[in-house]
Amino acid sequence: MHIKQEASERHTLTVIVDNEPGILARIAGLFTARGYNIESLTVSEITDDRAVSRITIVTSASAHVMEQIIAQLERLVPVHKVTDLTALGPHVERELALVKVAGTGDHRIEALRLAEVYRAHVLDATISSFVFEVTGGRDKIDKFVELMSEVGLVEVARTGVVAISRGKEAA
Amino acid sequence: MAEKSGADILIETLCDLGVEVVFGYPGGAVLPIYDALFKQDRIKHILVRHEQAATHAAEGYARSTGKPGVVLVTSGPGATNAVTGITDALMDSIPMVVITGQVPTALIGTDAFQEADTVGITRHCSKHNYLVKDPAQLADAVHEAFHIATAGRPGPVVIDIPKDVQVATAPSRKPGRNTQRYAPQTKADAAAIEAAVDMLAAAERPILYTGGGIINSGPEATRLLRELAELTGAPVTSTLMGLGALPASSDQWLGMLGMHGTYEANLAMNRADLIIALGSRFDDRVTGRLDAFSPNSRKVHVDIDRSSINKNVRVDLPIIADVGSALADMVAAWKARKHPKPDLSEWWRRIEGWRARRCLDFADRADEIMPQRAIRALYEATKHKAPIITTEVGQHQMWAAQHFGFEAPNKWLTSGGLGTMGYGLPAAIGAQLGNPDALVIDIAGEASIQMNIQELATATQYRLPVKIFILNNEYMGMVRQWQELTYQSRYSESYSDALPDFVKLGEAYGWKGILIERPDQLDAGIADMLAYDGPVIVDCRVAKLANCFPMIPSGAAHTEMILEGNEVSGEMDDEAKALV
Repeated sequence: MHIKQEASERHTLTVIVDNEPGILARIAGLFTARGYNIESLTVSEITDDRAVSRITIVTSASAHVMEQIIAQLERLVPVHKVTDLTALGPHVERELALVKVAGTGDHRIEALRLAEVYRAHVLDATISSFVFEVTGGRDKIDKFVELMSEVGLVEVARTGVVAISRGKEAA
Repeated sequence: MAEKSGADILIETLCDLGVEVVFGYPGGAVLPIYDALFKQDRIKHILVRHEQAATHAAEGYARSTGKPGVVLVTSGPGATNAVTGITDALMDSIPMVVITGQVPTALIGTDAFQEADTVGITRHCSKHNYLVKDPAQLADAVHEAFHIATAGRPGPVVIDIPKDVQVATAPSRKPGRNTQRYAPQTKADAAAIEAAVDMLAAAERPILYTGGGIINSGPEATRLLRELAELTGAPVTSTLMGLGALPASSDQWLGMLGMHGTYEANLAMNRADLIIALGSRFDDRVTGRLDAFSPNSRKVHVDIDRSSINKNVRVDLPIIADVGSALADMVAAWKARKHPKPDLSEWWRRIEGWRARRCLDFADRADEIMPQRAIRALYEATKHKAPIITTEVGQHQMWAAQHFGFEAPNKWLTSGGLGTMGYGLPAAIGAQLGNPDALVIDIAGEASIQMNIQELATATQYRLPVKIFILNNEYMGMVRQWQELTYQSRYSESYSDALPDFVKLGEAYGWKGILIERPDQLDAGIADMLAYDGPVIVDCRVAKLANCFPMIPSGAAHTEMILEGNEVSGEMDDEAKALV
């Protein structure tokens, strides 16, 4: 007997929650406890009084499991609202990465040239290294990191995805 | 404003919330609360002998009275011992508030003596939990905890209180009930109710499939279910948790459905053209193989928990509501739309055909007591007393569900979702405290009863006349039954060896013990048990190798029901072995 895998599709959710101790563990733990995937999870306070946080979760699941994920999240007491941006329609997603590259000579010149193409900013420079800041969709950052690995990639820090719907309405 | 200690604020808040009984066990991290308890006389504390039993006793109290059960335990092992009962209450939607002591705030995270991460451990087995770090926030937290435990789909809420917070003082004030942030939908969408009623009126083969939600919703939901059944003439089946909502004596009652349900209930579900699920959740023990579950029916699902809808079975019409409120709306809509009572005679004719199989019949014996016979004898001897029945988990539980008839709600207390052996005795203790004049009987197995046997002392201490009726077959019978079906009768560790003499054990705790060994002793033994004014443990020796049928093997369809033991045996394939 072999374990079966179900086909899944990627969704981006935003979850508005009370900013109370343990909320992140509650959300993340729900995903592990019920066997859901998390590709990315970001959280930050979004109100002046720091009472409310917005969590962006990228997950992949079948349509049936997606419905369950949303219902299970909404069941948590500190959760105010869950929105499936992918299902809702057009939205923008951005991620920020800090990319450290070390090298000299041609590699250094090529790294700087590629950074320009990808509109990455130089945050730190030494004689033999750069730290680039690059923002964009997940694919763009993946590609940038892949290119940097050819010219002396040392390490990468990524924020994970934040997302918001297009148009004038709040999601 | 006068200041009070956290412990005093806690006790005062519990009193304000109408708490009468607390099940608990003291320890270092709750000493301030126990001292506050000592100085008052409004709340009765029941000292259990193990914290797990405190949680099951609270469940039994809650399930039999409709009021939330309250538990008080210490930090570390006190809290971890309570985890099984907390999980049990979550699975069976039992309102419960568990107060745990914690090491002082400054010691949290230092691996202090009797420290455990209670909030972390209980995060996913409670409906909600709190770590209260300021006595000024305690009253609000306790009020919200009771609201969350009882509103919407009920469940357990844990409040972890560090010892310094119990001692420190804060201004004592009465909070308003904080209902703002947790307000689950309880009123159904009117259009959905009308659609459901019209579907019910048009159906040729409808069935009402009810669950524990009806019991949780309260006696009015039970009354309304009976009215809806009367108006529509539809057959009714129920999950394990919902027994008693429709009287077992009703002509419309098909018996329990699912893995050990009746032939007629499961066949009716399979052949129905409309299923109305009322406060039930399409659990795997109910549906059997999902792709073969009731293939030709439309499905209406009334549930207070949105996450229960479309979880296992896709439904055509979801109704998110308290089932009692939805039933009231359905009954009103049925009358307002002047639906006549449908002619279901053809459907009932088919059901009678399935009933004629008499699937619960068993081959009785003169030389030994069949377990089914014992349950029926107990039922016949006690039915006029409307007893409260608790169970442990295993074959005896299923036989009780099949052969004991329940006429009213809140009389049947069993661990359904989690399947916790050791539930029955403490639950009986809790039920007896909530219903001092009721006859409370724990129908047990010889293996399960040993999982919380220490609670014999609790019943003795509080002079609770609970009865334990052990169906003793010297096996963990359900394990042995599965080993027969799945593993060619290789009885790996399922024999109950080194059993105690239950009669002497009971006597050692101050109980009366009765031994029943032969069929001709059964009725007299039960009569002795009922006649005794005090706790009684009955060791009823039953046929050792009897199995519980009907049975739908794990992963099989409702139509693949095993009615007799000789229909199967041998070894199952790996796919079947992997199923629970």
